[in-house]
Amino acid sequence: MNQSDFRAALLDPDLPVPTGVTDPEGRPAPRRFNVYRNNVTASLTEALRQAFPVVRALVGEEFFTAMAQVHLRAYPPRSPLLMFYGEDMPQFLRDFAPVSHLGYLPDVARLELCLRRAYHAADAAPVAVDVLQALPPDRLMAARLVLAPAVRLLRSDWPVHAIWAANTRAAPPPREMRGEDVLVARPAYDPLPIVLPEGAGAFVDALAKGETLAEAIDISPEFDLTATLGILLSANAITRIQEEAAP
Amino acid sequence: MLDRAAENILPPKPGVGYKPQHFSNILADPDPVSWLEIHAENYMGDGGRPLAQLRHLAERFPVSVHGVGLSIGGEGPLDRDHLDRLRNLVSWLDPASFSEHLAWSTHDAEFLNDLLPLPYTERTLARVVSHIDQVQETLGRRMLLENPSVYVEFAQSSLDEIAFLTEIARRTGCGLLLDVNNVYVSCVNRRQDPQDYIRRFPHALVGEIHLGGHDEDRDDTGQPLLIDAHGSEVVDPVWQLYARTIDFGGAKPTLIEWDNDVPDWPILAAEAARAAGILAPVIPAGAPA
Repeated sequence: MNQSDFRAALLDPDLPVPTGVTDPEGRPAPRRFNVYRNNVTASLTEALRQAFPVVRALVGEEFFTAMAQVHLRAYPPRSPLLMFYGEDMPQFLRDFAPVSHLGYLPDVARLELCLRRAYHAADAAPVAVDVLQALPPDRLMAARLVLAPAVRLLRSDWPVHAIWAANTRAAPPPREMRGEDVLVARPAYDPLPIVLPEGAGAFVDALAKGETLAEAIDISPEFDLTATLGILLSANAITRIQEEAAP
Repeated sequence: MLDRAAENILPPKPGVGYKPQHFSNILADPDPVSWLEIHAENYMGDGGRPLAQLRHLAERFPVSVHGVGLSIGGEGPLDRDHLDRLRNLVSWLDPASFSEHLAWSTHDAEFLNDLLPLPYTERTLARVVSHIDQVQETLGRRMLLENPSVYVEFAQSSLDEIAFLTEIARRTGCGLLLDVNNVYVSCVNRRQDPQDYIRRFPHALVGEIHLGGHDEDRDDTGQPLLIDAHGSEVVDPVWQLYARTIDFGGAKPTLIEWDNDVPDWPILAAEAARAAGILAPVIPAGAPA
């Protein structure tokens, strides 16, 4: 027995129990080996269940469990940090034929991954509203608004926030399949997804890439700047105002 | 202020595996729980609630860091990134203890999330010794190695488990974590006598004891097959074995492990109280409070 054989048989129930793995009397012991098979499958399935509660609600428990077993064989964890297991779920869902009719499902999984990454992101003190307001307009426009480490932006062709909300807080289901730009921030310890105003996705994306406020406004389609800054500030999404050193 | 070094060991009293749902209970009334154990991997994020809670609890309780992902029994080299994360955690938290398992869980960079068994041979012994040397050097501290729950035997095994563990401790200087439930589970599964295992164990090397619940199944021949599950109360035969362990080794820090179907705090505290009842008469005078 080497660990390659053991590992191969763990994840493939059609393979025989590795040679030399026995019961105390030296006999082949598939039921005993199956304890390890079950442990691996059940614990990784549970990790995926916890990571994707809304995907699970959308496809149903039984379907999710069966799908998780296909997923964990195609994408076993690459790290012992199981809290981040499932990064490949959106790709898996795009390729998994039985859910091809649920076009929004990969983006729901992306949102759930954003929420989890935000939950474990580094802490950061937010910028107070009055600090922003105290800055003269020309200096503010030339400055960069540094976003908190927890902040994620999800730009979706689907009403991904509405679908998420309908399955987590009894909100009504979306009335039309319009795309949404969703900001995920962490006001304190609980991640919060917020739908951005129309056009503000490009703006937040530009901020995240380190553009100045003026540049970010410039490359965005028309959008409600005041409302968007209000959302960023109230969600504690801005951690620093970075001004260029004077030339 | 107590001497830091004297403070920084687990007391020979009951502790519990920390679960976030018990945070308020523990702060309000921890009795009879004197210390907490965390799974290292759950506190390797960059921030947020898990680390905030841990910082808070560590101000009030001795904390034991218990790794479940290092794969010390793996055929390949240890995961450098994971070892660095562990060093980082141990360095800022400065826990009272660090422990890991005699098992493997990673193969070719795939993490299988189970404590998988290894044959006991001179070759696997040398490999585990070199991995533990590397862990202790990296962390700059002594670790405890836990005896596993096993379900199978390996034709190539040539060493007895106790001899294997004792020799690892001798060569590396590490201590041992004696999981009494694992002893019971493994002995039943191997059709050995758990009392004999406890009698032969090198108790002087034991820095911590684990107690937990297990499930019952049947093996290929219809005989009992016990499965380490951490999802229920400690059963009476394991409590009896634990009392024997304390008879042999004296009072030791004793953890109640309950990781699945986690109960409300009073049920977990009652398990800790049962351990306290066994420990109390034998705690040596002048032991750390």
